Amino acid sequence: MASREPVIQVRDLVVGFGETTVIDHLSLDVYRGEILGLVGGSGAGKSVLMRTIIGLLPKREGTIEVLGVDQDKASEAELRAMERRWGILFQQGALFSSLTALQNVQFPMREYLHISEELMDEVANAKLEMVGLTRADGAKLPAELSGGMTKRVGLARALALDPEIVFLDEPTSGLDPIAAAEFDALIRTLQRTLGLTVFMVTHDLESLYLVCDRVAALADGKVVAEGPVTSMALSDHPWVRSYFGGERGKGLAQIAQAHAEIRG
Amino acid sequence: MSATPSLYANVHDGRFELLASGSWTAVHAGELEAAIGRAAGEAARAGDVSIDMRGVAAFDTYGAWLLERLIRKRSGDGQQTGVVGLREEFQGLLQDVHAINRNEAPEAKRHGLISALGEFERGLTEVGRGFLPFLDMLGAIGLAATRVIRRPRTFRFTSMVHQLDRVGWQATPIVLLITFLIGCIIAQQGFFHFRRFGAENYVVDMVGILILREIGVLLVTIMVAGRSGSSYTAELGSMKMREEIDALRTMGVDPVEVLILPRVLALIIAVPILTFLGSMAALYGGGLVAWLYEGMSPQIFVARLHEAITVTHFKVGIIKAPFMALVIGVVACAEGLQVKGSAESLGLQTTTSVVKSIFFVIVLDGLFAIFFASIGM
Repeated sequence: MASREPVIQVRDLVVGFGETTVIDHLSLDVYRGEILGLVGGSGAGKSVLMRTIIGLLPKREGTIEVLGVDQDKASEAELRAMERRWGILFQQGALFSSLTALQNVQFPMREYLHISEELMDEVANAKLEMVGLTRADGAKLPAELSGGMTKRVGLARALALDPEIVFLDEPTSGLDPIAAAEFDALIRTLQRTLGLTVFMVTHDLESLYLVCDRVAALADGKVVAEGPVTSMALSDHPWVRSYFGGERGKGLAQIAQAHAEIRG
Repeated sequence: MSATPSLYANVHDGRFELLASGSWTAVHAGELEAAIGRAAGEAARAGDVSIDMRGVAAFDTYGAWLLERLIRKRSGDGQQTGVVGLREEFQGLLQDVHAINRNEAPEAKRHGLISALGEFERGLTEVGRGFLPFLDMLGAIGLAATRVIRRPRTFRFTSMVHQLDRVGWQATPIVLLITFLIGCIIAQQGFFHFRRFGAENYVVDMVGILILREIGVLLVTIMVAGRSGSSYTAELGSMKMREEIDALRTMGVDPVEVLILPRVLALIIAVPILTFLGSMAALYGGGLVAWLYEGMSPQIFVARLHEAITVTHFKVGIIKAPFMALVIGVVACAEGLQVKGSAESLGLQTTTSVVKSIFFVIVLDGLFAIFFASIGM
């Protein structure tokens, strides 16, 4: 990354529910134009961290700054303005079930932009096409879409306002390997063309090796390892070592290496 | 990056140019669309033009699409458009957008008399078809009931008792309150208007016959349809949405037997009991009004009632109750299974369930009235 401008800065974050502390004095930076993969065991607090950053969960201590806006100090209007600059893909898609796929994509546009109906249709169709769907799919209701298509529509909706940051919560979970690989490639392509910063919560080793620029591993409520995915297997933390150092990890590391050589 | 986007016409070295500047982004898409519209008009007269994009500071899908749209429209008119000076990092996006929205939109729906007639015809068939799920459900319940009679052990007794608690016991207070109040109102109105003919004594006849034959059972069934029918529909509907019903089927368990039969049976047992309780509450209300409003002592009210009504009137009311309960159960369960995947459809089916079950209850009441009149009851 040429410019190391941080777009998300998390400092000393503490999040907990009742007696338990899920995130314990965690600090993390995400830089403009990178794809950051956040990994961690089940229940390590990956989704909690993401939901705290996007303001869905309250924090106990610490500061979160997204796009230079401190969430504690910002006014309501500043927060709203910032929310238009990020897009979120939820784990289950979270599509509005009473709207068609196209209307789902148009929803944020209708809320925030003052543009003609015609332009809205065209741009929404363009977004659907960018994520690999057809016009016919646009007319379908979420109940009629397959799992992979639901994620694609969710991604198109997250991209509707051309955001600067996209949060992806387990984008490839529940997809078959082929669909998952396609989705990974899609994220990579879109990230390049649109110059996005991507914050991705994932379990998928393949995504981590083939898509992410940098990986942050979450354990015991803290970021225990941070850096390029190839450096992860060398980490001191036992969980991180076993996650990335296993047979699958080694195989994928070789594939990733081969990919990098082909890309040259 | 909040510069207003613009597109100006300019003549440079005898060549017509469009000078672009500002942020070509989502936030400014509205202004940009207008600016492009204006510039396109001027450019259309000039023939081939080039667009100078050097002044564009920010560029996203919206800007790219609007530019692409301008180029496409002009090339449709046979005019060439060149783009110069677009920053390196924006080029990829423009190329991507170039490939997009190429397929023609599917043909929009035609409107007109013919299609309106078609719509009407479709509407009518829909109404007709709307009855099929009820017949289907009635048949399925019948089948499940015969299966259960042959093998009584498979009957979900616990489930039925649970439903009986919900639709019977928990409904009792509100049913008693409403029927009591309606009994009071009928008696008060009766006395108020009959007094003019000096026919106060006949108010007791009216209250007794009306409540036992019609009002008791109708009020109770309408309330049960709104209270329990809707909850049946919503429950089964959300089970359908979450594929719980499919899961039951794949385990070789008949959802009609497990979910629907206990619910419908609970209604069939509860509604006659509620009808009886409701009728008594209404008569009690009538008697109370007669005493407090008209000064007719309870002894006289009971004596008049004894002369006015027979067991037949009571029977007419109570016989109808289980049939109406069956109608409510069938409609509520059938509508529940019609729920598709969306939250909206759950709401729609619940509304339909209540409206249709009340409608059918009233129609059935009319049929019963004809039937009882013809057999002299």
